[in-house]
Amino acid sequence: MSEPLLELNNVSVSFDGFYALTDLSLKLYKGELKSIIGPNGAGKTTFLDVITGKVRPTKGTVTFKGKSLLGVSEQQISRCGIGRKFQTPRVFDNLSVLRNLELSASPDKSAFSLLGSKLSQSSKDEVHRIMNYVGLTPFANVKAGSLSHGQKQWLAIASLVAQSPEVLLLDEPVAGLTDEETLRTAELIKSLAGDHTVVVIEHDMEFIRDLGFDVTVLHQGQVLTEGPLEKVKSDPRVIEVYLGPPEQ
Amino acid sequence: MKLFQRLVPWILLAIALFILPAALDDFRLNLFGRYFALSITALAIDLIWGYTGLLSLGQGIFFALGGYAVAMNLMLNTKSLAGGNGIPKFFENYGVAQLPFFWQPFWSPIFSLIALWMIPAAVAGVVGWLIFRNRIKGVYFSIITQAALMVFFHFFNGQQKLFDGTNGLKTSTTELFGQLVGSPEMQVWFYRLTVVLLPLAFLVCRYFTSGRFGDALIAIRDDESRLRFAGFNPVPFKTIVFLVAGALCGISGALYTVQSGIVSPQYMSISFSIEMVIWVAVGGRGTLVGPIIGAVVVNYLRSLVSEALPEAWLFVQGALFIFVVVLMPDGIYGWITKGGLTTFLAAFGIAKKSKTYPQLDKEFIPVD
Repeated sequence: MSEPLLELNNVSVSFDGFYALTDLSLKLYKGELKSIIGPNGAGKTTFLDVITGKVRPTKGTVTFKGKSLLGVSEQQISRCGIGRKFQTPRVFDNLSVLRNLELSASPDKSAFSLLGSKLSQSSKDEVHRIMNYVGLTPFANVKAGSLSHGQKQWLAIASLVAQSPEVLLLDEPVAGLTDEETLRTAELIKSLAGDHTVVVIEHDMEFIRDLGFDVTVLHQGQVLTEGPLEKVKSDPRVIEVYLGPPEQ
Repeated sequence: MKLFQRLVPWILLAIALFILPAALDDFRLNLFGRYFALSITALAIDLIWGYTGLLSLGQGIFFALGGYAVAMNLMLNTKSLAGGNGIPKFFENYGVAQLPFFWQPFWSPIFSLIALWMIPAAVAGVVGWLIFRNRIKGVYFSIITQAALMVFFHFFNGQQKLFDGTNGLKTSTTELFGQLVGSPEMQVWFYRLTVVLLPLAFLVCRYFTSGRFGDALIAIRDDESRLRFAGFNPVPFKTIVFLVAGALCGISGALYTVQSGIVSPQYMSISFSIEMVIWVAVGGRGTLVGPIIGAVVVNYLRSLVSEALPEAWLFVQGALFIFVVVLMPDGIYGWITKGGLTTFLAAFGIAKKSKTYPQLDKEFIPVD
């Protein structure tokens, strides 16, 4: 394969001596689809924090398209083409669904361009297409704060898509959703797969199977194993991590 | 309700333009001129607090700077107030023979007209940028603005040789176009000027709060760090609105100064800047009409209460603030527009009860 799109090399993050990530190395290629699982505290969210610039690693390097992301601000990383959905759906509660999406879809994100120019018709059409896809069109003028939890999850994902990043990092996209909603979310994410690189962090095994992406297991801040779900599930180390050491 | 909301600004403007000048005597009209001048400050605070979530407790700085700019220009250009050196007499009392260098440009009325909003804007821009780029927010932002206010207050209060200290600068005895600024005729003109500038300030605030820029401001209030992850840098947004708010407060302070007849360091007292925030809270933050209503209502109430029971005002103000925070978190205007009035009347059987969930669900019609 060619050069990796996103590469983490020996990344460690320590919070007051506690290591959330220890010498984590991971490569992500263009168009790759990856699920990341791992028990609580395995460092999944910290892994995203490092990529998106929220947390600066204690040591190691993070590169995107060959350029280092260390010390780059969150907004710059986002503008480079790395988008993130947070564990809890973070939407702008006091903006309507449509305005949430239009804000994310703004091609130029400087203050003066937002003041001066209107959103182009093509961007508006794109916003409507995305909104329609996630079924939020009837709620276009409803404030995001009054949506249900599932709708907020979709709005969060839709906002991310409207941002049109190259890499989508989805932290628990189906937490708190019903089975049917989970299924639809899987469909949605798979439909994005074509032109995006997608990383999904999840606990829901059913969902991971629906997605059918390759799975990476994180444990204690390191990659435990990688591969297709069936292979990973039968790995004794993974079973031990999830179920605890075998009884004596 | 939508039509009502659209009509309210026009109704208020019509009242201010035609009804008040016809109905009130010169003294009362002057008072309303002051309230409308203060309304511009309320609009500014709404822009930064109501929309963007920046609770500034230091807007008095910009208010007073605007007032001092206009007052010094008026004093310099009034011959009757000049001492031996051709500069205002108070300088002589402190043994100052030459006008301090930074007051020199204020001989020019044009410079002063620009300075009265440009200087506050510049101060706000620099202070704001330094605070915002260091990611200082919330309570810490409020504390810093209040500390800055105290610095300015003590500086102006202590420097008699530069600003006549605690006495402040008196404008009522100055002259403009050969007329006494404190005269009733001039005051009517200042009223008219205020009634013209207030709608302009309203339009400025509407410009900044509509469209995606305004949405970004609300997004900053809702979840600033999330906005960063969407690729926006909140710093320029916050700096711009803080700068604009500073300029508006400067204009407001200048208008208030010429109508009240004096500018003094009291305009930079902590309590006054907090009162400004109370006007916005009482009127309804996050709307542009609310702060205007709030500033007028609270200040008119203050005049009435102070005339009847001079000692009672602070208690009334405190009670009003608690009442609004507890019972009308959206302020007077927010309470009315969000159906508070209808609910209130319905409780007494005067209006129809509002629809509840199952009915709403059936009737739910998506809007385009």
